[in-house]
Amino acid sequence: MESVFFVILAVVTVFSALMVILQKNPMTSVLFLILAFFSTAALYVLLSAPFLAAVQIIVYAGAIMVLFLFVIMLLNLNRIKEEGSPLLKALGMMVAGMLLVIAAVVIRSTVIPSDSGFVAGTEPGFGSVEAIGRSLFTTYLLPFEIASFLLLAAIIGAVVLAKKKL
Amino acid sequence: MLETIIILIKVWAVLIALVSGAAIMTWVERKESAVMQDRLGANRADILGFRVIGLFQPLADGLKMFFKEDFIPDRADKFLHTLAPILAFFPALVTFAVIPFGDVLKIGDLVIPLQIAKLNIGYLYLLAFGGLAVYGTVLAGYSSNNKYSLLGGLRAAAQMISYEVCLGLTLIGLIMVYSTLQLDKIVQQQGELLFGFLPVWGIFLQPLGFLLFFPAAIAETKRVPFDLPEGESEIIGYYTEYSGMRFGLFYFAEFVEIIVLAALVSTLFFGGYQVPYLYADGFSFPWGGHWVLPNLIIVLLQLASFGLKIAFFCWLQVLIRWTLPRFRYDQLMRLCWVGILPLAILNILLTGLILLLIKP
Repeated sequence: MESVFFVILAVVTVFSALMVILQKNPMTSVLFLILAFFSTAALYVLLSAPFLAAVQIIVYAGAIMVLFLFVIMLLNLNRIKEEGSPLLKALGMMVAGMLLVIAAVVIRSTVIPSDSGFVAGTEPGFGSVEAIGRSLFTTYLLPFEIASFLLLAAIIGAVVLAKKKL
Repeated sequence: MLETIIILIKVWAVLIALVSGAAIMTWVERKESAVMQDRLGANRADILGFRVIGLFQPLADGLKMFFKEDFIPDRADKFLHTLAPILAFFPALVTFAVIPFGDVLKIGDLVIPLQIAKLNIGYLYLLAFGGLAVYGTVLAGYSSNNKYSLLGGLRAAAQMISYEVCLGLTLIGLIMVYSTLQLDKIVQQQGELLFGFLPVWGIFLQPLGFLLFFPAAIAETKRVPFDLPEGESEIIGYYTEYSGMRFGLFYFAEFVEIIVLAALVSTLFFGGYQVPYLYADGFSFPWGGHWVLPNLIIVLLQLASFGLKIAFFCWLQVLIRWTLPRFRYDQLMRLCWVGILPLAILNILLTGLILLLIKP
């Protein structure tokens, strides 16, 4: 049952990720990106990490992509011109090839456990809000606080940028 | 196999209740506004001479929607124009999945929890799908190829994103008090008693939280006094270019949202399905006295209590809608960022302080 869901979700994820770069209309690309985030969140649920799934949807699909949508709507990029300069094409191919090499190295060096495809968290309470909260406030307290400090700085920066006169 | 069937039955029951409830709400809205404005209201629809105080009106409305011309503006984005009403309707429906509508139903050895999904992250699920509602409105505004619709969509997006922040913060106090995100556990805790006689409902523990949550939630459903995205009477809104059943979906989503909001308010702040002094085995009153009831009766009482609470809050929302005039846009934004947000943070601080003092 789980592997059936996994295959469906994996296909949807990969398909929508491909559609993001194959679509000519940027608005449709954004929507496919949202779909990709969604199916990734569903994969997190399958891996018994519901908190991560909810946060993925709230932060990426609910907040960040709305901003993307805003920018695209207001910039009015109707159709991106297809032809780029040949230099750009060559550069793009080079970067893609390098990425492929890196990915190949990573995939080759990954040891896949022989029994079954993916392993969900085993101990009870794994991936729950309580478990994540506890580890955030005990083991990873310092990184957590530093991240919140960074966000505060970003908020203040945004206010300073937006308001010319304070 | 049996479990799957039970879950499917629950899903269908909730879906049918929600959709037919929304249909009845369209009638309630028209009738209640008529009563408030000293009119007769919807009473023209009749089937073979029966009018039943206008209750056939939703049927007539639905029929009309289906047979109206389904119009897509010239040079509008057809795909997005079709997708937008679906995206507006879908989040309103799925949020009901985590709301418990009863405790447990026992049939023989079978114990059926009366909730579609017992999610550990129930509250986050609500926020996640509540946050997706903005896409329907923004895309409707964008895809119509109409500048006024686009402006309406932008107003909707700014309003909904702002109020989402407030909505998230107003409920943190409640989560701190019940220390769980799981909605069925929140409701279970509300069945207990405070000082031996007062039910531990959210309204008694988080009065400020409720006062802040309710307006923020109404703003999130985009109804008067917060209806600037559509502004049907003067300013033109995001679904101007919609007709037929596509418009019907936007219209219907609004009424589903009323019911979901009413269910949410009663779940979080008014004990959900709990009846005061009713426990899993029957009534037991604080002044002594015990009244044992079978499980079925208790479940029916719980369903009735939940239904009554939902009906009350639906009525209250319609009352608010026909009482208050619309905000100006800057007033709306000020209410959110200068009014509700600091008070919500204050509420979190106060709740934390009190919890720290009470719990050693």
